Amino acid sequence: MSTATTNGKTAARTARRNPIAGILTWADDRTGLATASKKQIRKVFPDHWSFMLGEIALWSFVVLLLTGTFLTLWFKPSMGEVVYNGSYDQLRGVSMSEAYASTLHISFDVRGGLLMRQMHHWAAMLFVGAMFVHMMRVFMTGAFRKPRELNWIIGGLLLQLGILEGFAGYSLPDDLLSGTGLRIAQGLMQAVPVVGTYVSFFVFDGEFPGDAIIPRLYTVHVLLIPGILLALIGAHMLLLVYQKHTQWPGPGRTNENVVGYPMLPVYAAKAGGFFFIVFGVTALMGGLMSLNPVWRFGPYNPSQVTAGSQPDWYMGVAEGLLRIFPGWETHIFGFTISWNILIPGVVLPGVIFTVFFAYPFLEAWITGDKREHHLLQRPRNAPTRTAFLVGMMTLYGLLWAAGGNDILAVTFHLNLNYITYFMRVAVFVGPVIAFLITRRWCISLQRADRDRLLHGFESGIIMRSPEGAYAEKHLPISVDEAYTLTARDRDELVQAPTPADENGVANRKVRMMRLRARLSQYWYGTAIQKPTAQELEEAQHHAEHELEVHEDGHQHLESGDYSGEYEFDGHAADGHQFDGRHAIEGEELRKH
Amino acid sequence: MRLISARLSAKRRSPLAGLVVLLLGLLLTGGAYAVLAPANAQTDPADQSTIAKGRSLFLVGCASCHGANGEGIVTKNGTQYGPPLAGVGAAAVDFQVGTGRMPMARPGVQAARKKVVYTPDEIEALAAYVASLGPGPAIPERDAYDPSTIPEDERNEAIVRGGQFFETNCTACHNFAASGGALPGGKFAPSLRGVSNRHIYEAMLTGPQQMPVFSDGVLKSSEKRDIIAYLNSIEEAPNYGGATLGSLGPVSEGLFAWIVGIGACVGFAIWIASSSVRSKKGIKA
Repeated sequence: MSTATTNGKTAARTARRNPIAGILTWADDRTGLATASKKQIRKVFPDHWSFMLGEIALWSFVVLLLTGTFLTLWFKPSMGEVVYNGSYDQLRGVSMSEAYASTLHISFDVRGGLLMRQMHHWAAMLFVGAMFVHMMRVFMTGAFRKPRELNWIIGGLLLQLGILEGFAGYSLPDDLLSGTGLRIAQGLMQAVPVVGTYVSFFVFDGEFPGDAIIPRLYTVHVLLIPGILLALIGAHMLLLVYQKHTQWPGPGRTNENVVGYPMLPVYAAKAGGFFFIVFGVTALMGGLMSLNPVWRFGPYNPSQVTAGSQPDWYMGVAEGLLRIFPGWETHIFGFTISWNILIPGVVLPGVIFTVFFAYPFLEAWITGDKREHHLLQRPRNAPTRTAFLVGMMTLYGLLWAAGGNDILAVTFHLNLNYITYFMRVAVFVGPVIAFLITRRWCISLQRADRDRLLHGFESGIIMRSPEGAYAEKHLPISVDEAYTLTARDRDELVQAPTPADENGVANRKVRMMRLRARLSQYWYGTAIQKPTAQELEEAQHHAEHELEVHEDGHQHLESGDYSGEYEFDGHAADGHQFDGRHAIEGEELRKH
Repeated sequence: MRLISARLSAKRRSPLAGLVVLLLGLLLTGGAYAVLAPANAQTDPADQSTIAKGRSLFLVGCASCHGANGEGIVTKNGTQYGPPLAGVGAAAVDFQVGTGRMPMARPGVQAARKKVVYTPDEIEALAAYVASLGPGPAIPERDAYDPSTIPEDERNEAIVRGGQFFETNCTACHNFAASGGALPGGKFAPSLRGVSNRHIYEAMLTGPQQMPVFSDGVLKSSEKRDIIAYLNSIEEAPNYGGATLGSLGPVSEGLFAWIVGIGACVGFAIWIASSSVRSKKGIKA
C-alpha cells in the first residue's frame, strides 16, 4: 500500500517489505517467470456455471492422483496365494490372492485406508460422470465446432481412457465382483473371430484367470493410462488457452472477443476454491457412503458368482447391451461365432465411438458451415442437434437400466424377462420418440423467442375490450435482451446441385451433393429463423405507435382483435391509468 | 466256542437249517430297520388331537388350493394350482406358514413373505397334520440351527466356513449381502435379512418356492448352522464403509454418484458462478 487511500492528515508511509515479494523477486531474477506469465495471468475467461463442469472432472482427477498414491503404498499387485490373518473376522483363515488380502489390509488395518479407498472410487465415478456432463454441455452449445474439433476428439479420448482406467482400477482388488467383470472382458476378447483366443491368452498370459492379469492391470492402471490421461489433459487445456474459451452471446460479446474476468485473481480463486469443494464432496461421500465393499464379496473364485454382479455405472451401458441382445450364434466349419457377444460387446461400442469422434465433421459437412465459432448456441437454436443428443441420452439411459435389469426386477417386483423384452423394443423406439419431441420442443422455444422479439414480453396487464374480450398487453423487451436473442446466425440451407454446369459439363459429385442438400433440408428446414431487420423495425414502429402517450396524457391502446361497432372515444378505458406506465398518485377510478 | 461251532456245523445239513437262517436274516433286517429307519411322526393320543385340530384348520385355510386331503389340485391346463403336500414334512409347513408365505394372498409365480396369519399353536397343528400325510423332514431342534450352540472358541472358524459355503451355494441368487436377487419369469430370491435362524434352516432343508433342497447329504446339519452363523455375523457387523445404499452392488452406487456427487458438484458450480467477484455484498459485478 504505497499510495494514500484516504484524505487523512497523516502522511502515507511505505509498507513493510513483503517477505513473499522478496522470494518471488529472487525467483523471477533467475527464471524470468514474471515476464513469461504476465500475459497468462491476465487471461480472461467468461463466467458461466456450465463452463465449470469440466473442472469437476479435472479436480476429481487430482483427487484420484492424491488418493491413488496413498493406496499404492500398501496395495500388493500380486496373485500369489496367501492365508488371510487380518482384522476382518469373516475371512480369517481363508486363502486368497495377495492383491485381495492387501485390499482388506488397506480397508481394515491401515489408518484412514478405507476412507482413501472409498474416496478414490467415488472420485473415479465422479471423474467419468463429470466428463459426460461436460461433453453434453459442449455438444448442446455447439462448442465442438471449428476450431475446436480437435479438442472434442481429445475429450473423447479422455472419456474412453477414463472408462478403461476405471475398469482396470475396480478389477485390481481381485474380489468376486471384479473377477466376474474380468471374465466378461475375457468373453468379449474371445468373441472376436480368428484372433480372439490368441488375444485372450496374450492378455491373461494363458488360461483365465492365470496369475498375470492383476500385476499387468496394475501397471496399466497406475502408470500407462494415468500418463496418457495427464498428457491429454495437458493438451486439452493448452488448446483451450490457445483457442480461448467460448462465450454466450450478449451485449459487447462478439465472435472476436472474450468478455469475462482475468485469471488472477478471480479465476484462480474460483477454480482453486472449486478444487476444495470437489475434494470435500468426495471426502464426504467416501466417509459416509459405502462403495464396493470388497470384504462382502470374498476373494475371486471362478466357480462362484453373486446376484447383483454389475460393473461400475459407466460400464452399465455395455452390460445392458449384452443383457438384452438375443442369443444368436453361428457355427461355420467347426467354428462358433457368438454374435450375441460380438455385436453388443465389440461392434456396437466401436460404432458408437466412431460416430462420437466423427460428429463435428459430419455436422459441418451437412450444414456446410466451415466458419470459426466462438459464440455458443443455445440448445434450442440447433433443434436437430439437441434432439439427436437427447435421443442418444435416452438410448444410454435405457441401456443403462437394462444393465441393471435384475436390480430393477427385485426392487420394483417386476418380471425380469419382461424388462428384457421391453428394452429390446424400447432401445429402438424410445430414442426416436425423444428425438421428435425434443425437436418440436426446441422449435417451439425458437418461436417463443421470435414472438418475444416482435411482440415484446407479456406485461401481465389484461385489457378488456368493450365487448368483454380480454387480451394481454405486450411491452417491448430491452435492447440488451433483443441483442442477445438476435445474436445468432441465420441457418443457411445447402442448395441442391445442378446435374451439369452452364457449359454442359456433368457434375460427377451430384449424387453426394444431392444427399447433402436433402440432409441439410432436414437439419434446418423446420427451424425458426430470427426476424429480419425489416421485420424488427416494423414491430418497433408498431409498438411505438401503440404505446404513444397522447396529449390527453393517456395511451390510445388498440383494442386487439376487436372489430365491433363501438367507437373509441379517445379515452382509454377506465383502469388503464394503473397500467404501470404512469405515476399513480392522485389517480383514481373514473367510474364512468 | 469250538464245541458250539462244531455242533452247528454238524447240523448244517439239517432240513430245518434253511428255515432258521431265513428267520435269523429276517429278524436282523427288521431289527436294523427299526433302529436305523427315519423317525416317523409320533402317534400318541395327545398328538392325535393336534392332528385333528390341524386338519380342521387345513380344511378352512388350505384345502381350496391343496385339496381336502392335501393331495394337490391340478388345473385344466395340467399345471398345479396347489401342489400335493404328502411328504413335504412339518418343517415345510413351519417355514411357509411361519413366514406368512402361506396362505397365499393370490395365486402367482411365487409366494412372498408377509404378515403371519396363524398363531404358533395353529402352525404347530397344521404342521402335525401335514406331517401325518407322509414322512418328511421334521421341524429341526434348536441345537441344529442355533449358532450360539457352537463353542465360543470355534465360532469364528464356523463363521468363516459358513461364509465359504454361502458364497459357493447361496450368493448366486441371494446376493453377496443376502439382500436378494431376481430370477427369471418374475421369480426371485428373497432377502435373508431379518429372517429367523429356524426359518433359514428350514428353507435349506425343504427348498421352498424356487430354492433347491440342501438336504443333509448335500450340506450337513452343522454346515447349515455355519451358514446361519455367517449370516448372523454379517447382519450384526457394523457398516464399515458408511451407508450401505441398499447393499445392491454397483447399480445403486452409480445412482448415488450421479444424484449426490454430480448433483452436489454442479450445484456448487452454479453457486460459484453466480457469486460476485466483489467482496461486498449487494454490488453487482
